[in-house]
Amino acid sequence: MIQVRKLVKRFGLKTVLNGLNFQVAEGEFVALLGPNGAGKTTFLRILASLSRPSFGDLRVAGYRLPDQAAAVRRRLGVVSHQPLLYGDLTAEENLTFYARMYDIASPGGRIQEVLELVGLAPRRRDLVRTFSRGMQQRLAIGRAVLHDPDVMLFDEPHTGLDQDACTMLDNVLREVAARGRTVVMTSHDLVRVAGLASRFDVLSRGGIAATIHSTEIEPDQLLAFYRRALGS
Amino acid sequence: MRERSQASKLSFFSSLRAFFSAVGAVVWKDLSAELRSRELISAMLVFALLVILIFNFALELDAKTRGTVTAGVLWVTFAFAGTLGLNRSMAMEKDRGCLDGLLLTPVDRSAIYFGKAIGNLFFMLLVEAVVLPVYSVLYSTNLFKPGLLIVVLLGSIGYVAVGTLLSAMAVQTRTRDILLPILLFPLVVPVLIAAVKGSSAFLEGSAMADIWPWLNLLIVYDVIFTAVAYMVFDYVVEE
Amino acid sequence: MEAKSRYLKILDAVTMVLFLISLWMVFFYAPLEKVMGAVQRVFYYHVGTAWVGMLGFAVAMIAGVAYLRTGSRKWDIVGLAAVEISLVFFLIAIIMGSIWARPIWNAWWTWDPRLTTATIVELVYAAYLLLRQGIEDPDRRARFGAVYAILGFVSVPLTFLSIRIFRTIHPVVIGNSDPTATGSFDMSSAMLQTFLFGLFTFSLIFVDLLWHRIRMGKLADKVELLRLKALE
Repeated sequence: MIQVRKLVKRFGLKTVLNGLNFQVAEGEFVALLGPNGAGKTTFLRILASLSRPSFGDLRVAGYRLPDQAAAVRRRLGVVSHQPLLYGDLTAEENLTFYARMYDIASPGGRIQEVLELVGLAPRRRDLVRTFSRGMQQRLAIGRAVLHDPDVMLFDEPHTGLDQDACTMLDNVLREVAARGRTVVMTSHDLVRVAGLASRFDVLSRGGIAATIHSTEIEPDQLLAFYRRALGS
Repeated sequence: MRERSQASKLSFFSSLRAFFSAVGAVVWKDLSAELRSRELISAMLVFALLVILIFNFALELDAKTRGTVTAGVLWVTFAFAGTLGLNRSMAMEKDRGCLDGLLLTPVDRSAIYFGKAIGNLFFMLLVEAVVLPVYSVLYSTNLFKPGLLIVVLLGSIGYVAVGTLLSAMAVQTRTRDILLPILLFPLVVPVLIAAVKGSSAFLEGSAMADIWPWLNLLIVYDVIFTAVAYMVFDYVVEE
Repeated sequence: MEAKSRYLKILDAVTMVLFLISLWMVFFYAPLEKVMGAVQRVFYYHVGTAWVGMLGFAVAMIAGVAYLRTGSRKWDIVGLAAVEISLVFFLIAIIMGSIWARPIWNAWWTWDPRLTTATIVELVYAAYLLLRQGIEDPDRRARFGAVYAILGFVSVPLTFLSIRIFRTIHPVVIGNSDPTATGSFDMSSAMLQTFLFGLFTFSLIFVDLLWHRIRMGKLADKVELLRLKALE
């Protein structure tokens, strides 16, 4: 689903990603870990087609980036730590807008489905700026799955959420992933991702320093694994 | 061979339809949001009326001088109120990261440009539609000559075409709001000159032969800058 | 520290010599003009610097287009250099125009098309520099600079046209067919030679300064690279 080879990203004269290689098979749930400033968000933005690579070979959902970006976007759902929603519109209106932008046929039914999926159906006519952060994040996920993407990218989605909201978010995440989607999620919260991901990759010094499958490691050993990967 | 060209013809039309649908969606979104909050319109209107008021005291217009100065006063007002609208319109996208949301959709980037520009044009025309009658009443000047309205339309189009592009740039810098007028006004001088002279000419009832150069200039400016903005917009929003 | 290229050193010397010759020509070779007297000598450099200014603007625009198409940093350096040099040259042209205008038209400033357009161009440059100043990311800075340079260049002819339709009192220099223009003079052959020589000299000065400034820009990049390496 995702193949990245020799990805290089420079900002002016500074190199952030240096020959990064990355592969994700269909249906995998990869947790991308790494310290602040390692380039996780940069990498995710490149995968999301929001940023152009300086050099490298990228394929997402069968299409090449950045040449076939429009085709990639159709199959991509992105949730960042900003909700990407319009505060002055209702939940329903937000989804209607995005349904139009993604050119979804019979949007009404799909919007209802999505609202129920994220548990916001009763609040559909409320303005998004009245929503709590947790609810906004859930609606953001709804926006991201509206067009039924094959690949989903999450950039630290738990940021700023309280315990309950996080648990709700995790439930939605599991449901979203269960439908056979490929997921890449960046996170700082090792405990949380331990219960969600099927694979853990550590991004450090411009490349993937280490990778391990969830079957190969116990959750309580994750921290040690992470530290080792950074130290090497 | 024929099938392929049929298919490509169909896909051309369907992508055209998707394009217009996206433009329409962006315009609808801006209008709906504004209808609810009414932040933009009220700010622009109040500002415009204040400017007219200040001109009244600053210039001490008697009936005679007013005739020559009306067009100028109007366009200065529109130019400054317009900046407010342009700033707010783009800031709304930037603040919640919504611009990224727009960029994630599979539509052509220029659909975003046209959608925002049309929305901005609509707001500007709305403000002008209020200011013109108010000015007419306050100063007992009849501003409802059809020629004048055409000039106002053409001038607003040019202003908004460049302004939308520049506001997309300004909103991504540190100095944001202050920067937009600095970037905009030097480029928009031809519009202001042509609009003021054209408006004046229509108000004074000059001969069409004198007015045509100004109308032509406005049309040329509108066409050129809409085309240029369309071509460079991608570079302004993408990384 | 890279030494100055040999050609650059030669160019420096040549331009210096030409400039001195040009000065001599302006003050001693060209005859005293009948109507305006000594102040008319300003004209030789006034037009030269304005010409260079316009050249600089065109270079900035072309560099802008080139940067957008290739993404290569060197075009950004060229564009910035062209704007900076052009800014100074236009300023000199405007000041000279003012000095010339004072005894002739008895005013420090005239709102005629050329002078006013030159001032607006200066404002475009100022906006360009302020725009760059407000951006941290070097790639975005270069991109936005390029876009603005292109927009500015496209708008200036329209600006000039609009002001010209607005009013006309700038002297028509070579040949006089415009009945509404006040103040003009025909040039004797010595004057023409001085004028053309001045034009040529200033073009060379422009190239020389541009070269120097580009060199400075490249060296600045090198320093920045070294600094980044040292930080790692």
